[in-house]
Amino acid sequence: MMTAIQKLGRSSIQLCGNVGYAGLFLIKTLVRKPRPIKGAPLLIQELYSIGVFSLPIILVASIFIGMVVGLQGYNILSKFSATEQLGQLVALSVVRELGPVVAALLFAGRAGSALTAEIGLMKTTEQLASMEMMGVDPLWRVIAPRFWAGVISLPLLTMIFCAVAVIGGHVIGVEWLGIDTGAFWSNMQASVDFHLDVLNGIIKSVVFGFIVTWIAVYQGYATEPTAAGISRATTRTVVYSSLAVLGMDFVLTAIMMGGW
Amino acid sequence: MIQQREGLGDLIRIDHLTFQRNQQCIFDDISLTIPKGQITAIMGPSGTGKTTLLQLIGGRLKPNAGHLYYENQCIDGMSNKQLLRLREKMGMLFQNSALFTNLTVYDNVAFPMREHTQLPESFIKDLVLMKLEAVGLRGARNLMPSQLSGGMSRRVALARAMALDPELIMYDEPFTGQDPISMGVLVKLIKHLNDALGMTSIIVSHDVPETASIADYIYILAQGKIVGQGTPQQLADCQDPHVLQFMHGLPDGVVPFHYPAPDYRQDLLASCKEREAS
Amino acid sequence: MSQKWVETSVGLFILAAILGMLLLAFKVSDLSLYGEHDTYTVFAKFDNIGDLKPRAPVTIAGVKIGQVVSINLDKALYKATVTMRIKARDNNIPTDSSANIVTAGLLGSNYIAITPGFETAFMQDKGVISETNSAILLEDMIGQLIFNSKKGDKDDEKV
Repeated sequence: MMTAIQKLGRSSIQLCGNVGYAGLFLIKTLVRKPRPIKGAPLLIQELYSIGVFSLPIILVASIFIGMVVGLQGYNILSKFSATEQLGQLVALSVVRELGPVVAALLFAGRAGSALTAEIGLMKTTEQLASMEMMGVDPLWRVIAPRFWAGVISLPLLTMIFCAVAVIGGHVIGVEWLGIDTGAFWSNMQASVDFHLDVLNGIIKSVVFGFIVTWIAVYQGYATEPTAAGISRATTRTVVYSSLAVLGMDFVLTAIMMGGW
Repeated sequence: MIQQREGLGDLIRIDHLTFQRNQQCIFDDISLTIPKGQITAIMGPSGTGKTTLLQLIGGRLKPNAGHLYYENQCIDGMSNKQLLRLREKMGMLFQNSALFTNLTVYDNVAFPMREHTQLPESFIKDLVLMKLEAVGLRGARNLMPSQLSGGMSRRVALARAMALDPELIMYDEPFTGQDPISMGVLVKLIKHLNDALGMTSIIVSHDVPETASIADYIYILAQGKIVGQGTPQQLADCQDPHVLQFMHGLPDGVVPFHYPAPDYRQDLLASCKEREAS
Repeated sequence: MSQKWVETSVGLFILAAILGMLLLAFKVSDLSLYGEHDTYTVFAKFDNIGDLKPRAPVTIAGVKIGQVVSINLDKALYKATVTMRIKARDNNIPTDSSANIVTAGLLGSNYIAITPGFETAFMQDKGVISETNSAILLEDMIGQLIFNSKKGDKDDEKV
């Protein structure tokens, strides 16, 4: 019994320590003079390998999610003969919840794990150490561009996700199930508010982008420099960032629903 | 013995250095100097912390006691910014080359120049081609590191390490895992670069004949201490048991063949008794 | 992978995101670009607003001309004060118009329908619509229906 409590205590202390290290790491990465001339090409390169490479999975997932929500919603709404409300149902569920959350989960799986593996491999093969020995700070040269690219990419991906999912719902509802186009869009427009729904969804995705990328780059940087270490760190990135996204989603929704 | 050596003075001075990692003493109060313009070798069996010594000189690790000096500047007392500036004067060749895998050979060599200078791209191109020519790989400039053999990537790493014409260049196990031809090429390159460019070199290695053929002075480390030092000739004639065993590769000696363990017969008997008991 | 392709695809990526944002803003949430000064405010007091919510549309003849901004309780009169913002373009609402809270469909949400009057003077900013009809609550209607039919039954018994 004592040992169980002791174990709990030890792991909580370790957790606090790790969070502290991760926070310190983030501060060291972010608090520095920006160097736009040298930094901008690096950022664009990372936007390419983080954002553009995540685009296919986001597009495919979003069109399917929009269509599934359309189908399921139609079935339920038809029981109340309120199928014209389908547009509202699809748009609200996608813009408020599904868009930011699913895009963040996919982003963690696609870009987050790749980031961790890439940085972990650079550490394992001493590329980070050699950079340091050349007098170049890897936090600035390697971590910071990847971090910012992640924070910028996820909201952009989320906007694309939401728009495509709404189109997916339109395809199912209007083209396939025969709801009137006007009713579909006007019901949607009457119930979706730009500030309360669309902007809040994007705020969520900014927060998720911050968390997922932070976890990914920290796990990569703190990797134990072996092959097994990289695989463990990659797994940890996906697990931790998925849980963090879902937990944070609840917190943010609670704050936003509370009249914010 | 140190006072007898002639030269332009010392570039690196290590003063009563003690370093511990995980409660294990890696260096125990060692002092040594690296004279300017010479090739100094630091040798010893694997696991004696030779690489750690290079990390300490580069300021990536801090000593537990004692100090390191680079031309009378204390390395361990420097701020992060000062360290980054100091490292521009150092080049280091890592054990596994540590080339940036997502950049071509050309970009790898150009990397330190682009980071530290404001030179125009055409100027950088000339410099990179000169460095690559020196290691004989000008024709391989558009290859990716994954397409290079071990010896070639080490030569590219060498070209990158001297990209900014450093005063000091550190070689971490340059000969390990090389075939005889590339080993010969590297030996020749290190010697040639040191003499032609007037650099100071530190070689960390356990390949005795190759290192002895080019080093001006050798320190032998074992169990956290300097157990022998001198010119290659002096060490070859040295009768100290540590030096003798290391220089001639004897399987058993001061460094035992066996990892510390209880008595062999006792161990076997103990397992016999266990079997009987069960 | 040439630098040109990298830059172009990042540009396309950002462009796609902007397009998505525009679709969300104008097609999905019907964001109007009318700022504060492109609208004017009108008040109306209702005995009961039923299920009316802020952001509900305000219509004339079924055409949306504005939306409900806020709903407050008038402490003196025990009435609900509804603040509406009307597009400046639709500035010809007669002063004797009436505001009604109606329901879209049987189960839909409530909105305000304005029925124009006959005055030649038009509503100004911060004007008040005095004639209002409260929300018709479905529950009340059903209750009344049941009450009436029961009364009818009793009357029948007496006869």
